[in-house]
Amino acid sequence: MSLESSQERWPAAAGAPPEVALFIPCFVDQVTPEIGRDLVTVLERLGCRLRFPPDQTCCGQPAFNAGYRQEARALMRRFLDTFGNSEAIVCPSGSCTAMVRGFYPELAQSDPALAAAARRVGERVYEFSEFLVRRLGITELGAAFPHRVAVHDGCHMLRELHLKDEPRQLLRRVRGLELVEIDDAERCCGFGGSFSVNYGMISEAMAARKADALEAAEVDYVTACDPSCLLQIAGVLARRPGRVRTLHLASLLARGLASA
Amino acid sequence: MNAARQFRHAARAAAQDAEIAGILRFNIATYDAAVALGRGRFLDWREARRRAEAIKRDAIAQLDRYLEEFERRIIARGAAVHWAPDAAAAREIILEIARRHNVRRVVKSKSMVSEEIHLREALEQAGMATLETDLGEYIVQLRNEPPYHIVTPAMHLRREHIAGLFHQKLGTPADETSPEALVRAARREMRQRFVAADLGITGANFLIADHGLVAITENEGNARLCASLPPVQVVLTGIEKLLPRLADLALFWPLLATAGTGQPITCYNSLLGGPRRGGEPDGPRELHIVLLDNGRSRVLADAAQRELLHCIRCGACLNACPVFQTIGGHAYATTYPGPIGAALTPLLRGPAYDHLAYATSLCGACAEACPVGIEIHHQLLRDRAQAAAARRRPWSERLEIRALAWAAAKPRRFERAGRLARRLLRLRPQAIDGTRLDPLRPWTRYRQAPEPPPQSFRAWWRQRNSPPAPNSMAAEPPS
Repeated sequence: MSLESSQERWPAAAGAPPEVALFIPCFVDQVTPEIGRDLVTVLERLGCRLRFPPDQTCCGQPAFNAGYRQEARALMRRFLDTFGNSEAIVCPSGSCTAMVRGFYPELAQSDPALAAAARRVGERVYEFSEFLVRRLGITELGAAFPHRVAVHDGCHMLRELHLKDEPRQLLRRVRGLELVEIDDAERCCGFGGSFSVNYGMISEAMAARKADALEAAEVDYVTACDPSCLLQIAGVLARRPGRVRTLHLASLLARGLASA
Repeated sequence: MNAARQFRHAARAAAQDAEIAGILRFNIATYDAAVALGRGRFLDWREARRRAEAIKRDAIAQLDRYLEEFERRIIARGAAVHWAPDAAAAREIILEIARRHNVRRVVKSKSMVSEEIHLREALEQAGMATLETDLGEYIVQLRNEPPYHIVTPAMHLRREHIAGLFHQKLGTPADETSPEALVRAARREMRQRFVAADLGITGANFLIADHGLVAITENEGNARLCASLPPVQVVLTGIEKLLPRLADLALFWPLLATAGTGQPITCYNSLLGGPRRGGEPDGPRELHIVLLDNGRSRVLADAAQRELLHCIRCGACLNACPVFQTIGGHAYATTYPGPIGAALTPLLRGPAYDHLAYATSLCGACAEACPVGIEIHHQLLRDRAQAAAARRRPWSERLEIRALAWAAAKPRRFERAGRLARRLLRLRPQAIDGTRLDPLRPWTRYRQAPEPPPQSFRAWWRQRNSPPAPNSMAAEPPS
């Protein structure tokens, strides 16, 4: 099915596709911009009107996670100013979505007005697969991707946002794609932000266990909704003889649309 | 060497130890299977957790009231209650009791609080032979080690290790590895010591306020012997162990057993209400309850971190934690290892243990496993916030975060800094990848770094959505 007809498949209740503000995490902007481009491809094929608020930089998660709440708070204010008027904000990272929705309220709690703004924006920010499945009600994109694919459940996706089935619902509708459930899909890949460089030896051992599970399942690809997990998994896989490749869900769907 | 560096060394060694990895993996897989079954025995495990959390929240929020109620009721039945502000005070109280009774031989059951105050060492230094009577604790005592795990102290050992140890220490045949024979040998050793002991020391799993009772959960019957044979008994426990009502045990006994080992209920559950009374055939003539603070009331005073005192020491978060599974229990070098230990120790023992709050990927598997719903991973973030706010973090980290915050404060600045960094990184020769010359070494030592892309997303977006304008900032030229 081609996506020219996406208007017809729109859930009646949802009305016209909303205008979407793109929330491109700082490291996607700088390190993995192809994930942002693939996100654009998929959302535009679904008929969304996209906007990239140019004032966005970093949501503050690196500072927050390291304990530097004052620095994180300044970046939160910038984020809330930048996205305050957006109807729907879509992010290709479960982790950064969790920062805004889950941790901003705590970060803002000493200032009631700021906390209210944080909650308001938090209600409008969506992780990519969540936006498609829950907000738009779309699982069928008409993509094809004839490969064995495993899902890695990012910790923030799973335990902060409680999104596990959404990426799988999208993958199940991709033609030719064989969805493989691996052992330890919910086990942390060992990234953990600064943890990955501060405690590299622990982080690597955790990633190795993930790589073992992927190789044992003989998948062609592992997909996830977090570029940072994929960076970690890809980094470890690259130094092993196996042939498993990593691909962000948005990139997988964009490729699947191109070849459909 | 400071605690942080020691931790790093121990963690590295353990992460590279394939044998220990195999043992932990096997033991934790066995545990996981039992717990999955155990949770299924609850009508609704999540509802049970919610109730347990609510009960502990109330118990800790009104701890002062419940402690005094417990004290009043158990004193009324003849027990003595001692309040120990810190480890030294607790040791002194117990040594004083022991001296008064001319104690020479002590039997004790499993108690992490006794590890916390290094009680066995203190008793032995005072010339009192002290025997751990929980089998796992007995094994690690024979090995002269601290417990590896708060519930399964000998989790790091195979049966063969224990057979070798017993051969050496107890004279069992060298080829004797059957669990029955090994347990029999340990029992033979312990029985004599139980009968001869002048002091029994136990911990407590729960203190029951409305009836003034001490509840002890165990599987081997050794705690019950410690509480009934010796003429004097000391119960050593932390002030946070309170439950408001006796009826709460109907939830907490099966909850603790399920989360701890996957059992529906542990083999022995004892309720102690006081010393032996007239006409009773056994039990101690004196019962002393030592209530330890040792930093707990400091945690209690902080509303944001108070929930760490809800912990019932089931060990579930240790088993669930991918970091614990990688580095094991000893690397932490703390009484309480794993996620709960990493979150609590910096608060109980101070900044020397800040590093533990950072030695975690914050994955949240601990919180998911916790039967009383403690958000352990969020507490680790709060520990970090305390450390950073008090300027206890390395200057280099502070600089990095400041630099990031400065660059990200203005979009133009952020873009220029990113472009510069990507350009510099592309000059990084492949030959130095992962070596000491590599500026990305903390990452590349363990894994490959991605190729820095020529164009950022924002530059691409601008180029795509605006007409070509050769002299503007619109298009970032591929560098």
